[in-house]
Amino acid sequence: MAEPAASSESYSGMAGLAVSLRGVTKVYDNGVNALGPLDLDVRKGELVSLLGPSGCGKSTALRLIAGLNAPTSGSVRVSRGVGQSRAGRSIGFVFQEPTLMPWASVRENVRLPLKLSHAPAAEANARVGDALIQAGLAEFAEAYPRELSGGMKMRVSLARALVTDPDILLMDEPFAALDEITRFRLNNDLLSLWRNLRKTVIFVTHSVFESVYLSQRVVVMTPRPGRLSAEIRIDAPERGEEFRTSAEYAAYCREVSHALAPLQSGQPGS
Amino acid sequence: MTSLQTPPLSAEQAAPDSRALRLVRILLPIVVLAAGIALWELVVRLNNIPPYVLPAPVAVFRTLIADWPVLSQSLATTLVTTFEGFVAAAIGGVALALLFNQSKWLEYSLFPYAVILQVTPVIAIAPLLLIYLPQQTAVVVCAWIVGFFPVLSNTTLGLNSVDRNLAGLFQLYGASRMQTLRYLKLPSALPFMLGGLRIAGGLSLIGAVVAEIAAGSAGAGSGLAYRIAESGYRLNIPRMFAALLLLSAAGIVIYGLLALTSHLVLRRWHESALGKEN
Repeated sequence: MAEPAASSESYSGMAGLAVSLRGVTKVYDNGVNALGPLDLDVRKGELVSLLGPSGCGKSTALRLIAGLNAPTSGSVRVSRGVGQSRAGRSIGFVFQEPTLMPWASVRENVRLPLKLSHAPAAEANARVGDALIQAGLAEFAEAYPRELSGGMKMRVSLARALVTDPDILLMDEPFAALDEITRFRLNNDLLSLWRNLRKTVIFVTHSVFESVYLSQRVVVMTPRPGRLSAEIRIDAPERGEEFRTSAEYAAYCREVSHALAPLQSGQPGS
Repeated sequence: MTSLQTPPLSAEQAAPDSRALRLVRILLPIVVLAAGIALWELVVRLNNIPPYVLPAPVAVFRTLIADWPVLSQSLATTLVTTFEGFVAAAIGGVALALLFNQSKWLEYSLFPYAVILQVTPVIAIAPLLLIYLPQQTAVVVCAWIVGFFPVLSNTTLGLNSVDRNLAGLFQLYGASRMQTLRYLKLPSALPFMLGGLRIAGGLSLIGAVVAEIAAGSAGAGSGLAYRIAESGYRLNIPRMFAALLLLSAAGIVIYGLLALTSHLVLRRWHESALGKEN
């Protein structure tokens, strides 16, 4: 076995940082060198996109931050909210698939995180109700996942991630499987949510347009093993349909695409 | 060339067609059954076959009614045995699967023996069991032996088929072992478990019948299989057929009840219980 260099810690005093990765690598059991070494800092309240070709370790990085996997080496530090005993509860995770329990209603799916943390029933009911209204799901509360469209399922998934009021929201290509119209709408929903709740959001995507539209900062990653290749700051205060059709947006997209281009051509035909 | 000229089915035609098709699917087996019985009756009558060689269907039904007091008691005996075996198989199978799922050591140690128990023909085990156990117990154990394996293997499969991302989510929210089992693994395994139980129902009946036959005249048993064996010795062939008919009907009812249970439990969410239109 490798030396126990890996550490996954939670520090409360990280000077405005929500997440801090230092020299993080991940080698899977099958020998695949998926990530790193990667250094990444995410400020509190920041919306950052991790962008890169498929298999560049973006999802791996997200799973390491969530604590679902342990890094092979390096340190993963996640700031902990005040009064929260476990890092898990201050993190919300949205997978590429809606990942709902098919046997449970929308309401029960959203309630799950609270049920697992033994939240008092009255408080849980109130929170679930709020989360459902916020996600526009109030009238579908008793529906089963199979009765919903792909976009609606994703809303349920998002509502579930937010029901614990986490400080950090991790999203792993959440809208990749949706049609463009639904994706645009959910992008706008996410932006207004982020503006209102000021959560730290780390958003993994392979869409240049999505990353530019959503984030304050786009982090471009190299193919496997994933490292930081470029960082592009998107300084546009107003996001919306105006921004999506502006020359500024087009220019940012071009810049990000250029950062991505050499990586694409240099990719080995594995 | 002619096949090319057949017009394709349009959507308008398809809807009433599917209803007609369903009716046909129900009616056709009934027509075949009626035709078969009629043919059987005809062959027996035309050839004057004596009832101890091949009884006519009418003779079988007449025996069924005439011997109902004896046969119904035997049916009850066999059904009770089957039910006991089935319940034991269901509890044993699910409990073992849960134990195996919680402890890999236990699974590695015991699973091969579950397989051995399953692959050894129960008809060969039954006489031994009858030596060591009281007859009624031996019969139930036989029903259990053949019934528990599909429950065990299906439930194990179900417990291992948990959505990986959902499992990750439970891990993220710090779910305890019990919570993961109760809220994630058991519901995930439920469709598989119900599939196993559906197989186990029919197998329990087979196990009970095999053990009754093995017990044969040696025991004081009075199940349907015992009646069949006894009637065979007495050349009471119509009663053999009548008992066989009851066994077969019992099997159909058991399967139907379990299929219905499965449908009712899963209808809100599982693909297997949904109509094709949804």
